[in-house]
Amino acid sequence: MTANHRSLSRRAFCLAGGALVVSFPMLLRPGASHAAALPGSLSKAPYLDAWIRIDADGRISVFTGKAELGQGIKTAIVQVAAEELKVEPVQIKLVTADTQLTANEQYTAGSHSLQDSGTAVRNAAAQVREILVGRAAERLALSKDRLRVARGIISADDGRALNYGQLVEGDILHIEALPTSPLTPPDRFTQMGKSLPRIDIPAKVTGGAAYVQDMRLPGMVHARVVRPPSSGATLLGADTGAVSHMPGVLSVIHDGDYLAVIASEEFQAVQAMHRLAQLARWQEQSRLPPQSQLAAYLKGLEAEDAVVIDQRSPVASAGSRMLEAQFTRAYQCHGSIGPSCALALLKYGALTVWTHTQGVFPDRSAIAEMLHMPKEAVRCIHVEGSGCYGHNGADDAAADAALLAHALPGTPVRVQWMREQEHLNEPYGPAMVTRARAVFDADGVIGDWQYELWSNTHGTRPGPAGTLLPERLLSAAFTPRPQQVHISPEGSGDRNAVPSYSFANKRVIWHFLKHMPLRVSSLRSLGAYMNVFSIESFMDEIAAVAQIDPVEFRLRQLDDPRSRDVVTLAAQRFGWGKRTIAPNHGIGFAFARYKNLASYCAVACEVAVEPDTGDVRLLHATCAIDSGEIVNPDGIRNQTEGGLLQSMSWTLFEAVQFDQTRVTSADWATYPILRFAHVPDSIEIHVIPRPGQPFLGAGEAAQGPAAGALGNAVANAIGARIRDIPFTRARVKAAMSR
Amino acid sequence: MSLTLNVNGTDREVSADPQTPLLYVLRNDLRLNAAKFGCGLGQCGSCTVVIDGKAVTSCTLPIMLLKGRRITTLEGLGSPQRPAPLQQAFIDMQAAQCGYCIAGMMMRAHALLMSVADPSDAEIRAALEPNLCRCGTHMRIIAAVRRASRLAHKSREDAR
Repeated sequence: MTANHRSLSRRAFCLAGGALVVSFPMLLRPGASHAAALPGSLSKAPYLDAWIRIDADGRISVFTGKAELGQGIKTAIVQVAAEELKVEPVQIKLVTADTQLTANEQYTAGSHSLQDSGTAVRNAAAQVREILVGRAAERLALSKDRLRVARGIISADDGRALNYGQLVEGDILHIEALPTSPLTPPDRFTQMGKSLPRIDIPAKVTGGAAYVQDMRLPGMVHARVVRPPSSGATLLGADTGAVSHMPGVLSVIHDGDYLAVIASEEFQAVQAMHRLAQLARWQEQSRLPPQSQLAAYLKGLEAEDAVVIDQRSPVASAGSRMLEAQFTRAYQCHGSIGPSCALALLKYGALTVWTHTQGVFPDRSAIAEMLHMPKEAVRCIHVEGSGCYGHNGADDAAADAALLAHALPGTPVRVQWMREQEHLNEPYGPAMVTRARAVFDADGVIGDWQYELWSNTHGTRPGPAGTLLPERLLSAAFTPRPQQVHISPEGSGDRNAVPSYSFANKRVIWHFLKHMPLRVSSLRSLGAYMNVFSIESFMDEIAAVAQIDPVEFRLRQLDDPRSRDVVTLAAQRFGWGKRTIAPNHGIGFAFARYKNLASYCAVACEVAVEPDTGDVRLLHATCAIDSGEIVNPDGIRNQTEGGLLQSMSWTLFEAVQFDQTRVTSADWATYPILRFAHVPDSIEIHVIPRPGQPFLGAGEAAQGPAAGALGNAVANAIGARIRDIPFTRARVKAAMSR
Repeated sequence: MSLTLNVNGTDREVSADPQTPLLYVLRNDLRLNAAKFGCGLGQCGSCTVVIDGKAVTSCTLPIMLLKGRRITTLEGLGSPQRPAPLQQAFIDMQAAQCGYCIAGMMMRAHALLMSVADPSDAEIRAALEPNLCRCGTHMRIIAAVRRASRLAHKSREDAR
């Protein structure tokens, strides 16, 4: 992998940073409507050539502001573009998130990539095709219905043909998109709806350069950082002189509480880092709550209460039975297998950062602000890293690389975090407490549902000053802005806090915690994981009291047909109600529609619990998912399987450990996750096709339902309910002896 | 200090501190991408390579111990143009999400398949136990190893 940032055409350069609109004459088509009405991210970047460009020699480039995170978005975007352009996938060169080349699509997060970028690319591609077919019709003096398009060649019924390259002239694609496009109907798909093999996998299984970690720029040097041992620790002193004389050391950086070393060779940097860490003297503070009392501590914090929903039906008869329960979730790690890494180069006053951030544009703003540079002088290019599952150390490592490259102009600097640095410094998935209370009648019909959650925000991503960890350590430190509660349709900590069941009264309150004992941010699915776990556990508790089968209980209170479809399909394929359950085994079911507006997902599973040890193993899971129009069925299955297993790992094994001063989960020994011994025997994913429906995204649908189903299966196996995540062996044994 | 390492069947002269873990030498001196830095502690297996037929974590192994040893990395099995059965099996099963752990998984599987041509699921799980995957690709990894065993068997049959 090499840097190619100087080989940009003027045109590409002009596309950067919003300069596009003033760089070219406005070529609005008659009737071109207001940008906001355009589909997907076309509303943010309405020009067709922000998404699709075709060279005179016919080479096709497709641009997306989204990033490959291992979710397969590259392949899906190529399929969508190939479908509407009527070309083969191999004919397309895909360019992903790059502040100089692609549209600003903010973060690659929230299962939005196909919905935002896939929709934009699809519509832009269809409109480009239509324009080129129109051109061909003019050139050939034929009506459009006498033309056919395949492999980027437009052929007439009289044998004449023109390729796309021959038809693209000047700025003909530099026009604003129209609100509607001649989209290919699903029954004529040749690319979409098929399991095109992932385009990134061959390099990944043969040792090709596939990750930012694999980049080697000419003259590159290696950096390592030394972080404070605990949050809020201040540096009393460090003998940087002793380190600067070590072999290969080029520079030791000390600015406030910020420490780093730069060396010629990587292992020299590692050795210098260890020495510097030994020599650094820190003043630490004991300000963390006792871990064993975390739930009570969170509930005792000052909170700003926000009403997520308050739906009251005057005709409701609430019923006569009442149930109440509290659930908790520990802080959890993103736990990328590859610790964060970034490269940066400052040359001629321009800074380029290669990063596995989920948001090149917000990251660029934050880095520019940190370095007091104009935004236009900073370019962030996404290069794949190890899977991140949300806001992990990526952005902070990018900031480290930027800071260090800034200190060493002209030299490319590579920063690689160590394992313990990732574990100790990533922003965790927030600890949460939830409490549910329901009033229901003898038939189990829930008339009144009250639900509260205690949580920090689930979003402290870069953009605003002080969001990058290195910024907080510099002598001229940036202070993070106080967090504000904000209730939105997609939700944050309150994501999926409103059950999608048809209860007459629903009241949901977010006790929004501003004080953040441990730094937290977005972990895949945000609050949905814990809220769905809580809601679906509680639904089973009510079903048990009402003595109704859990699947039947859900269906009775579920009106939406697509929700009912996934529940019914998962139950049917699992053989719900027909399976023989061995002793110490249990089955469980759960459902949610992600964010209450995206993919529908239902999970049924079977677990085995070992009574002597309290060890839980998921044996089998059946999942039904409806994520709208399908681009790549195997991609959806892969994401759903992965989401399920990851959620199982969170639920059974994972809690960030800390004492009153430090986080003590520093590696895989102190923060165990799923290993092969606990991998299920089988997982089945059933994808429901919804031709012609919008893309709903598939990356985060399974996490909540998987946790709910697992919790319900454990309760079914041991006859006692566990309401605290993770289900440690100790907790399982304690529940069994209750 | 100069030292000769036998990597993927070729003797390679490297000049590095003898304490340097093999992983850094593979990645930086020999410019091989497959073995990945994951933990530096031998806990996750993403740096796994095969040395004299055994899967080992290259992040904790200083090069001074490796004189005369035969080191195989994923690059030594095949290429995108001519993938080995194991690589083809991982492509066929689409056994990757982010893929960062996959090279290590494959080398662990490679060592297994060298000693057990037709491993059971239990043997595959036991062999892969030291390696971590965070994306939850486990089911596909197991299926790919199973398939690799079949593909290798078939290519041995075809060669007869």
